[in-house]
Amino acid sequence: MSPGTQYTPYHPKWYRSRMSVWWWLQNRSYVYFVLRELTSVFVGLCALLLLWHLRALVQGPEAHAHFLAQMRRPFFVALNGVGLLFILFHTITWFNLTPKAMVVRLGGKRVPDWTIAGLHYIAWVLLSVAVAVVLLRG
Amino acid sequence: MRPITPFLWTLFGAGGTIAALLFPVHLVLSGLVFPLGALEAPSYDVLYALVRHPVTRLYLLVVITLPLFHWAHRFRYTLYDVLQLKHLYRLIAVLCYSAALLGSAVAAYTVWRIP
Amino acid sequence: MPPSVTLAVTRYRPEQESEPSLQTYEVPFRKDWVVLDALNYIKDNLDGSLSFRWSCRMGVCGSCGMMVNGSPKLTCAAFLSDFLPGPVRVEPLQHFPVIRDLVGDITDFMQKLKRVKPWIIREQEKPLVEGEYLQTPDQLEMYKQFSMCINCMLCYSACPVYGLEQSFIGPAVIALAQRYNLDSRDEAARERLEILSEHDGMWQCTFVGECSKVCPKNVDPAGAIQQLKLVGAVDWFKFLLPWGTR
Repeated sequence: MSPGTQYTPYHPKWYRSRMSVWWWLQNRSYVYFVLRELTSVFVGLCALLLLWHLRALVQGPEAHAHFLAQMRRPFFVALNGVGLLFILFHTITWFNLTPKAMVVRLGGKRVPDWTIAGLHYIAWVLLSVAVAVVLLRG
Repeated sequence: MRPITPFLWTLFGAGGTIAALLFPVHLVLSGLVFPLGALEAPSYDVLYALVRHPVTRLYLLVVITLPLFHWAHRFRYTLYDVLQLKHLYRLIAVLCYSAALLGSAVAAYTVWRIP
Repeated sequence: MPPSVTLAVTRYRPEQESEPSLQTYEVPFRKDWVVLDALNYIKDNLDGSLSFRWSCRMGVCGSCGMMVNGSPKLTCAAFLSDFLPGPVRVEPLQHFPVIRDLVGDITDFMQKLKRVKPWIIREQEKPLVEGEYLQTPDQLEMYKQFSMCINCMLCYSACPVYGLEQSFIGPAVIALAQRYNLDSRDEAARERLEILSEHDGMWQCTFVGECSKVCPKNVDPAGAIQQLKLVGAVDWFKFLLPWGTR
């Protein structure tokens, strides 16, 4: 670190500014970043929702019916709707950023980012269809 | 004592990938489509039979626990950066991962004890 | 085209004042002028006391980085015409202590750079008689992007993690470490990985990605950091393997 607090009479006093608590509102990229990070809250909530559903299921038909009734309440429909938007935002940003970490080389050449991301999107569609089929056909 | 950060980052990455791939469909179906009646929800018996299967149990365990750790890791750093709570560094880390552990423990117990 | 444009420039004279302030200057507008040209016009004709760093004026030395209208830019690459009608706000690079006017202190970066040993390290130096190291175009391509860094530190200004915690080692340094890790001639990737895995190393990065956005040489330091995180994570699990090197 630069020599901070020892001053001789003629040593210039360096000016250090503090970062504002609202730094993330300074530009669009930072706002986008914070929204992206906040998707984790809805990821956590969705995990808890799955847990809640599982527990209701295990506790018996009445508990399960109660859970289903809760999901029909406007509050939860709204929460799940908002949650879905954030989780879709998570999915898209996640797939688009994964190629930055996952560098794959085939025959000495780097596989382009859009290929890696594209494969994730394809997997997403396939897995979603599989889950839907399982839940709808039983 | 090797730093544990790479391990926690791996959980974050795995949880994030699982959430990205599977949460949209689960949320669309269980959170919107079935409650709003657009499609008929699976009956209790069908769901229960599904959940008893060991593969489903493992699936549910993974799909609940890893995203919880994804949240814990990401939320922890969000609190540092956005709210500048660096002086509560250790406390925040402990609270976040403990919460994820608690959720995971409940999930594991529930999955284990499905009759 | 307007005949002139206003520049609002940070002035900080520590011997006179305790805080910086903005001083405005009216500068002739030329469509081929960059902000650096405007600053030099001010210094040559309006106010010789203005202090700022610059050198090559063609985007290869990394000296003239400043905040222009709130974004970190090389002033030799920021055209005045892009900021019309003005005023154009020119401030010292964010997150660095200001010594005077537009000049920031960069010793922090210099010291951090040394920490990652940005040079070829080999266990055994190849004797001169054996000739030069050979490298295929594919081997060069592996690290070439990261070698383009001109140490301009715009990425440090863009990085909120560095802004919040000055001890963070920072984007450029990590990208340069990766440049050597990926160089086929180098044998010290493990050593650098351990240095970067220290407390204020690469794991502090939360992939905001702003560093790569502002980089004038398309180094993509954010990409370098995520690649290293993956390497570090995989490496961490190696102890599980019976034959793992740890």
